[in-house]
Amino acid sequence: MNVLEIQDLNVTFATEGGPLHALRNVSFDVPEHRIVGVVGESGCGKSTLINAILGLLADNGQVDSGRILFGDHDLTRLGPLEMQSLRGLRISTVFQDPMGALNPVISVGRQMLHIQYRSDLGRSEKNARSVKMLRRVRIPDPESALDRYPHEFSGGMKQRIAIAMALMMEPALLIADEPTTALDATLEVATIELLQDLQAQIGCSVLFISHHLGVIAELCDDVVVMYAGEVVERGTTRELFHDPRHPYTERLLRCDPAGQSGRTRHLPTIPGEVPDLRVRPAGCIFAARCHRYEGICDTVPPEVGAGGHRARCHRVTP
Amino acid sequence: MLYYSLKRLGLAVAIVSVAMLLLFTMIYLIPGDPAAVALGPRATEAMREALRIKMGLDQPVWIQFWNFFVNAWQGDLGNEVLSDRPVAKVVMEQLPATLALIAGGMVWSVALGIPLGCWTAVKRGGMADRIVGVFSVAVIAVPSFVVAIYALLIFAVTLRWLPAIGAGEPGDLGDQLVHLILPSLAVGIGWVGYIARLVRASMLEVLEASHIRTARAFGLPDRQVTYRYALTIAILPTVTLLGVGIGQMLSSAVFAEIVFARPGVGKLVYDAILTRNYPLVTGAVLVTTVLFILINLIADLVVGYLDPRVRSRL
Amino acid sequence: MSEAASRAYGSLRRILAEPLGMLGVVLVLLMIGGAVFADLLAAAEPNKISPRDRFLGPSLTHLLGTDQLGRDLFSRALHGGRIALSVALISTAASLAIGVVLGLIAGYGPRWLDNLMILLFDAIKSFPTVMLALALVTLFGPSLTAVMVVVVLVNVPGYGRIIRTQTLALKSAQFVTAAQSMGAGTVRVLRVHILPNVIGPLLILASMDIPVVVAIEAGLSFLGLGVRPPTPSWGAILNDGFTAIRDTPWIAIAGGLPIILITLGFTFLGETLRDVFDPRLKRQG
Repeated sequence: MNVLEIQDLNVTFATEGGPLHALRNVSFDVPEHRIVGVVGESGCGKSTLINAILGLLADNGQVDSGRILFGDHDLTRLGPLEMQSLRGLRISTVFQDPMGALNPVISVGRQMLHIQYRSDLGRSEKNARSVKMLRRVRIPDPESALDRYPHEFSGGMKQRIAIAMALMMEPALLIADEPTTALDATLEVATIELLQDLQAQIGCSVLFISHHLGVIAELCDDVVVMYAGEVVERGTTRELFHDPRHPYTERLLRCDPAGQSGRTRHLPTIPGEVPDLRVRPAGCIFAARCHRYEGICDTVPPEVGAGGHRARCHRVTP
Repeated sequence: MLYYSLKRLGLAVAIVSVAMLLLFTMIYLIPGDPAAVALGPRATEAMREALRIKMGLDQPVWIQFWNFFVNAWQGDLGNEVLSDRPVAKVVMEQLPATLALIAGGMVWSVALGIPLGCWTAVKRGGMADRIVGVFSVAVIAVPSFVVAIYALLIFAVTLRWLPAIGAGEPGDLGDQLVHLILPSLAVGIGWVGYIARLVRASMLEVLEASHIRTARAFGLPDRQVTYRYALTIAILPTVTLLGVGIGQMLSSAVFAEIVFARPGVGKLVYDAILTRNYPLVTGAVLVTTVLFILINLIADLVVGYLDPRVRSRL
Repeated sequence: MSEAASRAYGSLRRILAEPLGMLGVVLVLLMIGGAVFADLLAAAEPNKISPRDRFLGPSLTHLLGTDQLGRDLFSRALHGGRIALSVALISTAASLAIGVVLGLIAGYGPRWLDNLMILLFDAIKSFPTVMLALALVTLFGPSLTAVMVVVVLVNVPGYGRIIRTQTLALKSAQFVTAAQSMGAGTVRVLRVHILPNVIGPLLILASMDIPVVVAIEAGLSFLGLGVRPPTPSWGAILNDGFTAIRDTPWIAIAGGLPIILITLGFTFLGETLRDVFDPRLKRQG
């Protein structure tokens, strides 16, 4: 069973320089009880993907084609109110910036109360539930934490409170948008372990967005590699890290500082830049930067088939 | 919070003191003899000399200032020339009428400005946004006394919808409120524009904040996100500015009182100028200035109270 | 075309491209033109009393009608523009000069002097504008000079503060430190390195303050505390009209209309100037 299925999703933004094709033919699944990582450089379309799933695309963005299946719903076809009724209840989100993620002028307890507005519980039962959630994310003295304001907590604690809020209604899918990027290394490990524990307890699926390969390898069951708005490779974590097929994935793994053996003088980088998404090339999107480029790459766009370990590349035999 | 309040209070006291020094300097620099000016041309030299001694003008400058300073802090602003009543008392009698006018202006500006600013921020870029934008600039630009006279001409003289002059029957609250509508509109309309623009700008900024995105991602209803999560933050700069606004409305109130023949401090000062009742003029200026500084102090403290970030940091 | 001229031309085109900027430029030019060519545009003498023509409504001979002394209101309104604009120009220039000097002293001078200046600015600003104006006019007696002193006092704290803040920011900038280490004196550092960098935003601000200055002059004249009669001033016309507002409303209209037009014109122009030259603010507006 898949909790979330994304099928051939295309999203464009209307910009002053013409339409910007932010997501092109994106397809992947998030199976039940699994953690799926999405990895890619900044600007690869990770945020657009999240906003498309949540129905929070900016005014100038729209889904051109494709489907986002969540349970019985196609999220691309839901109205704003139906979408709102899923958010926070069945699909929840933790964002990157723990410093700004909570409203500064409303107390933590009140914000947690607001999230439960769809529940029939009484006020004191709701508060008890908030306390329970805060305890689960290891906030010391959760009862008194309810009366405090976000600025009274450290960055790591704020992020854990945000996680508690996101999991409050026991959603089927948790979207985590680089939740550990802004934290330092020790907090990062702790937060990842916490997420793993809670996922197991609640039994939800997680869509985990990151540009940090180490975290992905540690936490995720499956991995989706994105480049310039396209899925270039997907597979299980083991497959992808041990047998990367797409040239971009290869380079990405080689650039990861954690994967460096011994001492190096300089970190390897991928030469070239992400192309302008307003003028997509006719052929492969990665052709200009590819070290295994050949003639066909300029003219024919490669496709990915369905199922298993797949890469969007002409050099890979399907 | 206590330390912050005390510090802010200390600053206010310092500003009031410097303002008193400035005012005293101005009085001292008056060309001519204040006693002669006050008594008029028919007074004898003996009468002038007596008044000079009574006003302390025969003493050295710094003693004069010290007396003025100490007396003013004790609420003694001297006596007015015509009836010899204490200036402070005369001004205080007129103050409530002026404060009512300013409160009316405040009601107009807040009741219209905040919804307009909020609405245009949510619907930014649309036709309504553009129209309200031009309207805001226009009402800020046009001087309040012109608005007052045109409002009088249109609504009181031509259409006869509202009374033109006076403050209404004493004791009849309804009548007083009806008489307040036009003058308070003239006083407050410029600030409708200011507040609309300010709220719009800070709403746009707050709506971009990541906690607003989080609130939406948690499925909170749009109305709650806009009015509870965004507006409560966007409104904070407005509260600070309201202090300044009251000062400007105090200026507009002078004109509104004269145009609509209402009692108040503005009318009092204007009449005092025409009758050369100088102690009354300087006394009223000092009272309104202290009032203005006090209001700004309160506005700052209120912001400190409303914003938990400020409340605990200071 | 020189580089500076072509830059100015480019800015002008950007201002005119905005509908509001266009309207502002048109209104301002109209009012300035009216004031400069008042003698050509209005045949009647602004101060000529003709008892037979008292309280005439607007007509082809008297476009805005006549007042209680039979004076042509159109001519008086145009000549009133001269008073308003010259007061605005002279007092704004004076405020700028004084504000710049005080601001530079506060920003570049020792700490105690800075604190003293700030306290002084705050104290002046703590007087409600009209109250301060009334007090000053009482002391100096009603005159144009008194009006200008009021304007200077009202404007200087704002200008001084801006210059001070920017000077403080620039004081430790590298190029200033470099100039100092090469032996440049204080005056030279201020004149060559700091002043050119702080004056731009100030000029935009000053242009947006012109409506305020016009309002102060007209307001005081309306109260009979500005220009002396029979000098034509918009505020004075407004006062004449206010006295007779029930029977002859056109006098009040003739006095108020130019005030509305010129304040709107300068404000629209100032807003567009700021948007064009300070794109950071445009994002919000």
